[in-house]
Amino acid sequence: MSDDIKTLTAQLAADPASLVFLPLGETLRRRGQLDAAQKVALQGLGRYPELPDAHDLFARILTDRADFERAFDEWDMALRLDPHHAGAHKGLGFLYFKAGRAAEALAHLEAALVEAPDDPSLQHAAARVRDALGDQAPPPAPAPAPAPAPAPVEEDDAAQRAAIFQGLEGAENGLLLVDTQGLRLGGGLRAPEGGDVADLVAAHLAGVSREAARTAKLLGLGAWQAVALEAPGGHAALLPASSEALLLVVRDTSVPMGRVQVAAERAARAARAWLESLT
Amino acid sequence: MSESKFETALDLVTRVPGVRGAMLVSAADGVVVAEALMDEMKGNAVAALAASLAGRLRRAVEGAGRGAPRFVQLTGSEGTLLAAPWGEEVLLVAVADRSVNAGLARLEMFRALEILA
Repeated sequence: MSDDIKTLTAQLAADPASLVFLPLGETLRRRGQLDAAQKVALQGLGRYPELPDAHDLFARILTDRADFERAFDEWDMALRLDPHHAGAHKGLGFLYFKAGRAAEALAHLEAALVEAPDDPSLQHAAARVRDALGDQAPPPAPAPAPAPAPAPVEEDDAAQRAAIFQGLEGAENGLLLVDTQGLRLGGGLRAPEGGDVADLVAAHLAGVSREAARTAKLLGLGAWQAVALEAPGGHAALLPASSEALLLVVRDTSVPMGRVQVAAERAARAARAWLESLT
Repeated sequence: MSESKFETALDLVTRVPGVRGAMLVSAADGVVVAEALMDEMKGNAVAALAASLAGRLRRAVEGAGRGAPRFVQLTGSEGTLLAAPWGEEVLLVAVADRSVNAGLARLEMFRALEILA
């Protein structure tokens, strides 16, 4: 262990509430000790969930791990807490550029430059993105948000998807099992007017499980167990079916919310059994 | 909107046993509009996290053709987060212990929204 890491670790041990976790996490990240850096960052985030720099640090670690989607969420959170956070703007600029969305990248880099006009790395990055924008003729169509593409639907799949929830009300419409990438694993869902919305909703749910887990943890609510939703056109419940899968149950408003939650728990048990059968 | 109206609305919610705090939050950016929280609660974090989660859930439920949620409850093993929109731009948010009567809290949140309307 290098001297600076030793020193910072000792300082953090002596005062766990101090902000020394920030330089310690960053030093570990720069040394490539990503597991240790992440542990330090998460401990700091647990203590200071409202600190933009803590989200910025965690986002940089996630970027080094090539977990760009979660990094995006962390920088997005940093900007919600501090709309002028240069590090978060810089990070989002990097991610947008990487996704081929140069215009958005430049907007974030310029916002970062307003806060840190003398940062040579920002100046260089902004110049590079401006060059890229200048080279684009015609400009590319905006890339879609980093939501995964819907899974291809085949006739045989429809029966298999419903089979997960065989015997349960709504096996083909109203029960939906999705993975963390926003792909449908089973079940089905239709809008009130009849259109198939399963894949669209699955894509929207891609980040919800992680967001619910993060919210519950950072607010001291413990492990997330369920989300209940009331809307004009229906009642819904979301449950984690596993660490990798999320269950959505939707019923119309004539079904009381309590019954929707009971149905969700029953369907979650079926989903867990099905997931275990795959392993 | 007078300060006293905010206070009256938030007070309705925080009087429910088990509710640790309530606040009005900008739905778009998670900024605190008004708050009534216990001392140890971190208002900025509650606001930002609640607004972010509510935004994601809203997109999913609207994608299902069910309209925008009028009430959301996140249940954790040690507590619960409740949220209800006040118009398009503001969320009424409450954080409560696991022991809270969520049904009562929900009703008081709707009453609070009526006061604000």
